[in-house]
Amino acid sequence: MARVKFTSALNRFFPNLEEMEVAGDTVSKILEAINREIPGLNTYILEDDGSLRKHVNIFVKEELIHDRHQLSDPVNERDEILIYQALSGG
Amino acid sequence: MDKQTALIGTAKGLVVYDFPFSGVPVLKDIHFAGFSTNMVFCDARNHRWWVGLSHKHWGQKLHYSDDAGDTWKETPIPSLKGKSLPNGQPAKLRQVWCMAEAGIDRPNELWMGTDPGSLFYSQDNGNSFELVETLWNHSSRSREGQWFGAGSDYPFIHSIVVNPEDSDHVYIAVSCAGVFETKNGGKDWAPRNQGLKAAYLPNPNVEVGHDPHLLLMSSKNSNILWQQNHCGIYYSLDGGKKWVDCSGKNGLPYYGFGIAIDDEDPKKAWVIPVESDEQRIAPGLQLQVFQTSDFGKNWKSDNLGLPTAKSFDIVLRHSFVKSQNLFLFGTTNGNLFYRNQINTKWQVLNSHLTKVNSVHII
Repeated sequence: MARVKFTSALNRFFPNLEEMEVAGDTVSKILEAINREIPGLNTYILEDDGSLRKHVNIFVKEELIHDRHQLSDPVNERDEILIYQALSGG
Repeated sequence: MDKQTALIGTAKGLVVYDFPFSGVPVLKDIHFAGFSTNMVFCDARNHRWWVGLSHKHWGQKLHYSDDAGDTWKETPIPSLKGKSLPNGQPAKLRQVWCMAEAGIDRPNELWMGTDPGSLFYSQDNGNSFELVETLWNHSSRSREGQWFGAGSDYPFIHSIVVNPEDSDHVYIAVSCAGVFETKNGGKDWAPRNQGLKAAYLPNPNVEVGHDPHLLLMSSKNSNILWQQNHCGIYYSLDGGKKWVDCSGKNGLPYYGFGIAIDDEDPKKAWVIPVESDEQRIAPGLQLQVFQTSDFGKNWKSDNLGLPTAKSFDIVLRHSFVKSQNLFLFGTTNGNLFYRNQINTKWQVLNSHLTKVNSVHII
């Protein structure tokens, strides 16, 4: 199981959201599993076409994922995944 | 009813004011603080408030309240999943621009206009929306240079006008493409742009490729339409078959975004001009309202009470409304002005807001 942490900014929309353990061997499968637990969360993270939103970043073991479209980056047991908002001003 | 209520969508949240019929306006509440509220709408049939939020990080979101803002519920935004733009790229819903009631005889049905030029229809009071494929696949859309973005990367639908006497009869306005009409509830759509000028195109008289900034219908006569366009101010007496340019004779008013028309007298309209396409400032740095009482044959200043100091304020297309006797507009600099009667002095209601995106009076 991978351990997933979320930016606290998402707690404004999902007050009960907290760190969780999720099964899945790609980022895509991890997000599908999270969305089953927390319906609607993926609409905050992903575009209509399933790609990662421009101003959202996902890190696997502190490394930014490479495939922002298919989310095919591999995930191993005990990896730590961070779902953060990107820095953007205004 | 002893008051009117205004929903004011700003770049940093939803601001709600009450306007008692006797007494001074009252700031009632602020919702979604910190989040850009780009669309505000109230369904007069069931009093449901709707807001469209534009999160920088999290995308577009749609919320509604059935208790005048005491509680809010998020509902899924319409999806363009599986749809492609004419250039073959995947379509993504970028912004909710407007909503409209589908008619008094269709109490659970709603229209929604969005960027990228996608029109949606809901038959379950907004719990879900279906793409109006007839417009998405309209023949004009596949032709190069007829639907395109202006001030945005993609065309967007900002006005939906439903004929109160016939719910099958609907107009939409698209920046840029123009005005389209359906008489059969959206089964097919016809462009209604004759008489408009597209000064930015090699052929200014194209059938499709115009830039209406806001479209309105007279509540007294459904054949009378008004629009503030990128290329002037226009009215139509025949349901959009022919548009008449009624811009100011000396070039002012001409360019702008917002327009308001009178509930009783369809000859009366008000506009808040902007210097020009390339200089989006108040004309001569002077915030001004112009009024006509004769379909634009004559325009006169209607500025009593507006600041005389130099001003960079302009007013966006959905940020100027008139309902009954109440006039209200908010500016890009966060100034909010109102008055309770025609030809009375404008009052500053708030000068500490942020950019006002949209205003709706209930």
